[in-house]
Amino acid sequence: MSEISQAQPDYNYKVVRQFTIMTIVWGIIGMGLGAFIAAQLFAPALNFDTPWLTFSRLRPLHTNAVIFAFGGCALFATSYYIVQRTSQVRLFSDKLAAFTFWGWQAVIVLAVVSLPLGLTSSKEYAELEWPIDILITLVWLAYIINFFGTLVIRKVSHIYVANWFLGAFMLTVAVLHIGNSMAIPVSFTKSYSLYAGAVDAMMQWWYGHNAVGFFLTAGFLGMMYYFVPKQAGRPVYSYRLSIVHFWALISLYIWAGPHHLHYTALPDWTQSLGMVMSIILFVPSWGGMINGIMTLSGAWHKLRTDPVLRFLIVSLSFYGMSTFEGPMMAIKTVNALSHYTDWTIGHVHSGALGWVAMITIGSVYHLIPILFGQPAMYSTRLINVHFWLATIGVVLYIVAMWMSGVLQGLMWRAVNADGTLTYSFVESLEASKPFYVVRFIGGCFVVTGMLIMAYNTWKTVRAPKGSIAPDVTTQPA
Amino acid sequence: MSMFWTIWISVITLGLIIGCYVLLRWCLSNQTGVPEGESMGHEFDGIEELNNQLPRWWTIMFYMTIIWGFIYLALYPGLGSYEGFFGWKSSNQGILTLEESAQARIDAKEQGKFVEYDRELDYAAEKFDPIFEAYAQIPVEELAKDPEANKVGQRLFMQNCSQCHGSDARGQNGGFPNLTDNDWLYGGSGEKIVETLTLGRKAAMPAWIDVMGEQGIEEVVEYALSLSGREVDQQLADAGKVRFAACAACHGMDGKGNQALGAPNLTDNIWLYGGSHRAVTETLTYGRNGVMPSFKKTLGDDKIHVVASYVYSLSND
Repeated sequence: MSEISQAQPDYNYKVVRQFTIMTIVWGIIGMGLGAFIAAQLFAPALNFDTPWLTFSRLRPLHTNAVIFAFGGCALFATSYYIVQRTSQVRLFSDKLAAFTFWGWQAVIVLAVVSLPLGLTSSKEYAELEWPIDILITLVWLAYIINFFGTLVIRKVSHIYVANWFLGAFMLTVAVLHIGNSMAIPVSFTKSYSLYAGAVDAMMQWWYGHNAVGFFLTAGFLGMMYYFVPKQAGRPVYSYRLSIVHFWALISLYIWAGPHHLHYTALPDWTQSLGMVMSIILFVPSWGGMINGIMTLSGAWHKLRTDPVLRFLIVSLSFYGMSTFEGPMMAIKTVNALSHYTDWTIGHVHSGALGWVAMITIGSVYHLIPILFGQPAMYSTRLINVHFWLATIGVVLYIVAMWMSGVLQGLMWRAVNADGTLTYSFVESLEASKPFYVVRFIGGCFVVTGMLIMAYNTWKTVRAPKGSIAPDVTTQPA
Repeated sequence: MSMFWTIWISVITLGLIIGCYVLLRWCLSNQTGVPEGESMGHEFDGIEELNNQLPRWWTIMFYMTIIWGFIYLALYPGLGSYEGFFGWKSSNQGILTLEESAQARIDAKEQGKFVEYDRELDYAAEKFDPIFEAYAQIPVEELAKDPEANKVGQRLFMQNCSQCHGSDARGQNGGFPNLTDNDWLYGGSGEKIVETLTLGRKAAMPAWIDVMGEQGIEEVVEYALSLSGREVDQQLADAGKVRFAACAACHGMDGKGNQALGAPNLTDNIWLYGGSHRAVTETLTYGRNGVMPSFKKTLGDDKIHVVASYVYSLSND
């Protein structure tokens, strides 16, 4: 390691530092918003009769903040870091890098302003209005040019597997964003989708599910392929497995959208294809988990002492769990029970909190000391506290939503001997209330963990040089 | 769907699944030129990659899902206009009207097609219709005394009516009448309740601001409130009484309303849109448009009969 680092080119760490810090900031804001609106679901008075504090306006802000602000900043930070380190070359353009940072922050700030004002295109995960969509497109193109430009000028012969995933994520997200956001503006703050009816629904979920598939899966698999072997100090388990699962994953994922539209006006053949591809997709999805976890062969003992590695490996376990659950929920018969219930919310959060947030948190803990020239994080103990808060919080959240979701599904379909429905909607809502409280508590655990992370980061960044002792247990190899 | 699109969809779909199979076979046979289990020889920022064989259980799962995919696409619709071995459909598709839907249902049955939605409707009709047909034979006023029928009616009410009229049927402010107070806008006989449910109702209170002006509205509001025995400014109310002639066309000279028009009784201190001075002023100034939707297509005559008897029972113990 020391020999390599001496020969290191002058990497652009400035943009990585900026995005890494903002990952934590937006994480706290996005997850805090989530906990707040979770509380509104059992205590509706918490909207204080104020339009911009209502669930309907803050929910899209929560999803945009955690996916695109927290997740997005994490992807920018790690992809800029990984592509430089694995290509042994400085970023293609520092100016483009700075543009992507400030441009992306502008997008997020515009979201924070426009969504509570009620300005929305009303497309899920794509609520931002057309002027912001155009800014996103420009930032994204700059990102793609910078990333692939760096790959072009790389100093090593091969392209590392992490960069395959990151590249696929960037290109596909560009196509998805542009395709789904096509709209006809009627004013500066209002536009109407170019598509109508079932076609609009299909476009929306083609985008929506691949926001999960490419933004939240392929992108973060790229992160996983760098930080897991790095933190474990072990070689990647199987090169051939990474080839199969990469190509199968990206070619199957793009089909999965129709499983969000089972038993709707979408034609049967489209629904079937969405279901078939979703189920085959299960296997390549697990390919990534296997490759990550098996990379630990011969280094399992490190899990006992290294909370950063624990974050990474537990995130892979949640990844495996939710990529099993997802295809199962895509089966029409299962979907007939799970659709429109809290089960879906639980599934999304086992992916978002269990997989995306945990792999991000682990990677950020790996990055911070390196980026700020410290030998280790200020406190390994606090990382450990964060790990347990995050894990317990996610488990509380998921289990509450599973129970609430299955209960809702069963109550909604219960029928009396005369064919009338046994329960009214409000009765199922009442049954869900205790689970909403548990979900809120789980959310608070997660947010508290993020606050501890912010404190730990602050102390690490501000610590005088030489004041932090290298921690042998968490040292990356 | 034209043959072109069927071929297009089939080629891409099957091509992808077969492609996954070929990819899997290719990676299973070691084409890397590196012995199994050894390092690939690349190194990225200190990370190496091993050339391990794909896990066997994982490979078997991959084969199984691919085989399952082919079987499913042979049995069910998926490959363009190919209907699948079972001829299964979730519903008759491309339907625009209820008439088309009814016709499609008949056609599908004649051709022996498996249309899941039709089958569920048939099953429900066979199993549940006799129950409601029997109830429909009994007059609403009689049926309202049957506790079993009322339970059924209440469940239908919870599903279809409670969104506006409330779970306890006491209505809510904003034009949703209380159904338990024996105060009827369109009549409270069984026949009238059935009529309301079957055809729906549209009530229109016009806006009076242009006709009466603010002063006029203020006077009429005072008079209208006085009809329910509320304390008012008598001078204004007297002036309002003169103007009330315009209102009498619907609400009657005595303000007791007219069920033929759905014009509410103004003398009973029951208010559809609120009885505060401010709310009544708003009603007069801007007018109101009340809509009760028709439930004929949603519930059908027999179920309407049972709901009507439940609603009747709420005001007639």
